[in-house]
Amino acid sequence: MRIVCPFCGERELGEFTYLGDAKPQRPAADAGEDAVYDYVYLRDNIAGVMSEHWYHGGGCRSWLKITRNTLTHEISAVEPAAGAGAAKVGA
Amino acid sequence: MAGVQANRLANGGLIDRSDPLNFRFDGKSFAGFQGDTLASALIANGVKLVGRSFKYHRPRGILSAGSEEPNALVELRSGARREPNTKATTAELYEGLEAASQNRWPSLRHDLMAVNQLFAPIFVAGFYYKTFMWPAKFWEAIYEPTIRRAAGLGRAAGIPDPDHYDKAWAHCDVLIAGSGPAGLAAALAAGRSGARVILCEEDFALGGRLLSDGGTIDSMPAAEWLSRALAELAALPDVRIMTRTTLFGVYDGGTYGAIERVNDHLPSPPEHQVRQRLWRIVAKRCVVAAGAIERPIVFAGNDTPGVMMASAMRTYVARYAATPAKRVALFTNNEDGWRTVETALGAGLQIAAVVDARPDVSAAHRSLASKGGFPVLNGSVAAVDGGRDGVRKISVSLTGGARAEVEADGLAVSGGWNPAVALTSYHRGRPKWQDDIAAFVPDGAPPGMVAVGAANGVFGLGACLSQGFAAGAQAARDAGRSGKAGLTPVAEDEAFSLNPLWHVAGKGKAFVDQQHDVTASDIELAQREGFESVEHLKRYTTLGMATDQGKTSNVAGLAIMAAVSGKSIPETGTTIYRPPYVPVAIGAFAGHHRDENFHATRLTPSHHWAAEQGAIFVDTGLWKRAQWYPRAGEKDWLDSVTREVKAVRGGVGFCDVSTLGKIDVHGPDAGAFLDRVYINTFSNLAVGKARYGLMLREDGMVYDDGTTSRLAEDHYFLTTTTAKAGPVMQHLEFCRQVLFPEFDVQLTSVSDQWAQFSIAGPKTRDLLREIVDPGEDLSNEGFPFMGAREVALRGGIKARLFRISFSGEMAFEISVPARYGDALVRNLMQAGAPFGVTPYGTEALGVMRIEKGHVAGPELSGTTTAADLGLGKMMSTKKDFVGRIMAGREALVAPNRQVVVGIKPTDKASRLRSGAHIIPKGEIPGPGNDQGYVTSVCFSPTLDQWIGLGLVERGRERIGEIVHAHDPLRGEGYDVELCNPVFYDPEGGRQRG
Repeated sequence: MRIVCPFCGERELGEFTYLGDAKPQRPAADAGEDAVYDYVYLRDNIAGVMSEHWYHGGGCRSWLKITRNTLTHEISAVEPAAGAGAAKVGA
Repeated sequence: MAGVQANRLANGGLIDRSDPLNFRFDGKSFAGFQGDTLASALIANGVKLVGRSFKYHRPRGILSAGSEEPNALVELRSGARREPNTKATTAELYEGLEAASQNRWPSLRHDLMAVNQLFAPIFVAGFYYKTFMWPAKFWEAIYEPTIRRAAGLGRAAGIPDPDHYDKAWAHCDVLIAGSGPAGLAAALAAGRSGARVILCEEDFALGGRLLSDGGTIDSMPAAEWLSRALAELAALPDVRIMTRTTLFGVYDGGTYGAIERVNDHLPSPPEHQVRQRLWRIVAKRCVVAAGAIERPIVFAGNDTPGVMMASAMRTYVARYAATPAKRVALFTNNEDGWRTVETALGAGLQIAAVVDARPDVSAAHRSLASKGGFPVLNGSVAAVDGGRDGVRKISVSLTGGARAEVEADGLAVSGGWNPAVALTSYHRGRPKWQDDIAAFVPDGAPPGMVAVGAANGVFGLGACLSQGFAAGAQAARDAGRSGKAGLTPVAEDEAFSLNPLWHVAGKGKAFVDQQHDVTASDIELAQREGFESVEHLKRYTTLGMATDQGKTSNVAGLAIMAAVSGKSIPETGTTIYRPPYVPVAIGAFAGHHRDENFHATRLTPSHHWAAEQGAIFVDTGLWKRAQWYPRAGEKDWLDSVTREVKAVRGGVGFCDVSTLGKIDVHGPDAGAFLDRVYINTFSNLAVGKARYGLMLREDGMVYDDGTTSRLAEDHYFLTTTTAKAGPVMQHLEFCRQVLFPEFDVQLTSVSDQWAQFSIAGPKTRDLLREIVDPGEDLSNEGFPFMGAREVALRGGIKARLFRISFSGEMAFEISVPARYGDALVRNLMQAGAPFGVTPYGTEALGVMRIEKGHVAGPELSGTTTAADLGLGKMMSTKKDFVGRIMAGREALVAPNRQVVVGIKPTDKASRLRSGAHIIPKGEIPGPGNDQGYVTSVCFSPTLDQWIGLGLVERGRERIGEIVHAHDPLRGEGYDVELCNPVFYDPEGGRQRG
């Protein structure tokens, strides 16, 4: 598998680490136990197109949001995580 | 000198008669030529019997001339290089080659295990499952070892492989598999268009079937066209031709696997060269011109030595000038088989008869027969009579019911051709049935791939050339190359006609899968017993599961299954195709990553110095760390460790702690960011101070710990445990980039940039004053406990000094740029000599941390909470942090959790071992009263007894209680006292002094 890192260009799978479903958002500090429980434990396991977190640990150490078809491994989009790169969000 | 090559033609072929080679097969000497394979050389020497079959030990010969060979498997080379199951049909001959036949005893001609044939009725499909059911214990003791001895292929060397294997990457626009007419045409078109081309050819010679079948291309003989094409390709700057290289797998994103047999054609690789190289090739487009495999027809005795694929016989005669038989019969169901007759006649061989299963034969062939003086029999071969010396007599069922007999010493068989659909099917593609050629052809292909020529079911030479050329030109355009492809090579298509025929019923064993000894009746039996699905059929009969992966047998097998189950062949379907296409040695996948290079080795900055001291090293992850430093007269490790601990507690010692993960945290929001990742607060840490921090996972369990210092308003220096250095960096980057992107903070891994030493013991300051610039104030007031700042060393080097203690003694950790680590350690030894400075290893480090009750890896097990570790009070209630909410779950704050407690045997002389389970005193141990376990132990020189830490239910409320430590693994048990985990200096006066 090849992933086009937005900072480094097309690189081989071995440079990346898979984390999983990128959909769950960390709840706000006051969201309560149920919301955090869902965030920590409930994951979709889609046979098809999924948004996933990948880490370019063998390259620029960016966290990436990758849209991948779990049936074909086809990658249709790669975006840097909100805080990836040098600048802080909104700066 | 070896004997004459009786079956070698005087002229012709692509062998080099000026370069004779000697070789041995089963100890007997033979001669061949450069350009031979082992199979062609054996044929030239009249050797027909080359092996014994897997199950029945039947005599077997050479069936094919390529990597599809099921029978002619040998052990090649000897000693450590002995390689079993090597195909004689692809092994290149070299001077001094040694090969031995397999699966026979005591010799190939007199194989006692051939008695298995008498038991043939019990060796039917599924016989393992049926015959060896009971008694169960007999399976391991008797049945399996006996079967393994009797059935099987070659023997592995059993000793380490002396050769090296390499792994490499390559990138190109157009990757081409196969150098037959279609592949070469594709390479010409793509190469002329300016594409970067890689062409992989399994054979050592380029040309594919052109080498055996000839023909006319662009009005010149094929051989001439071939040499011109190869010269043109060689002159193109971006075309790379790789012979002896098999494309074996297709992976995601246009990545392909190929194995290059770099030096398999030599007795052993030249010095500093590898034996084989595993390639991962990344290609924008791939043109599969892998050809087709001629398929056998199944009939009784079809495994007799001398029965050979018709195209293979042509190859041996035309390419190798070796004649497999003197009097040849042909059994064909198609037009192509007749080319073997033409080749054989051209080489002066006798034709005994042609048995053609088609109702009619062309006038041209009839006139060829009358000119050659041989009969054309309309019908099928029903049986072959012969034994280990090969084919003698062939009985033919004529159309209409009559029978005929033909005397011959060789039988060429052609059942048509199966396109090599493996590469196009590796992404779970299913090939589709094409009626006119009665074969499966690719139905689409993985992205970027296209099949051409015979691999795509196109058999005519002209069609192969034009299809290959068009695909090569298109692939180049798709890859963004716009050069001119030029003119398409032109040739005529051969006539094509075929009547499908898979199996001729008859008496005697008729083999479908010759390598695994699967017969037509095994398939019929499988169907009767309900194993009708092709995937069941495969596993029940083992059809297609041998090292050849059923290249010559799968389609025939499922055609027979289709016939007996009353379905069509496409309804019956194919099994899933999986790589590799040919066997690939595990050594090639490992490459250089074996023995000491299995993984990278990380050495600490003081490693070479420690090695000079005779340190014993321990592997911790990739690191090698000094475990202890033995001295003369010490009888074991405990002696050394005890001395090291006493030296630290009584004087001064140092330990390399550079393996800790180190991360620089920069930015105006550095403190706020750390507040989110640690359970305690760092934003309020004063500049010049250090603080112990604890991180949780989001599920509330402890993740890692370490000391973090504030070196400037916007600069923290964070340390992690050795084991978690990488994972914590990844976790912090996740927190920074994904969870909390609003913070202005940057992280830099500096683990390798700093050499860090812990210097501990009451004389630490005395030693440091010899190292640090005299202007630096190291007094308790000037550099108090948990102070952290940059200092100058004598000589001007800047260092970071942290007054932190893991040992419980007055201690500092000192960091210098890694390149000064070796100099620093030597300076410490020199400057510390008057104070008796003692280097200590990870064992002494561990002893002192247990004496001091500090938690480490065994307690940070991923199942403990901060409160379990006695650190619950560190959890801030004034801020959000990773793991905060989940840490409050009912089960994580339950009062009966197992928590860290000190443990010491009531008998001071008793040893304590980690892993022992804690149960109430006087009770019989069982899962119901298991209250925890011992996590860390050591012999404490300070307390002069074994002590430990453990996780024990309600442990902190039970200090002073006597419980039982039960160790069923070692058959031990002893009473222990639960105690304060801080065995040494619980008030902490020593580290603050």
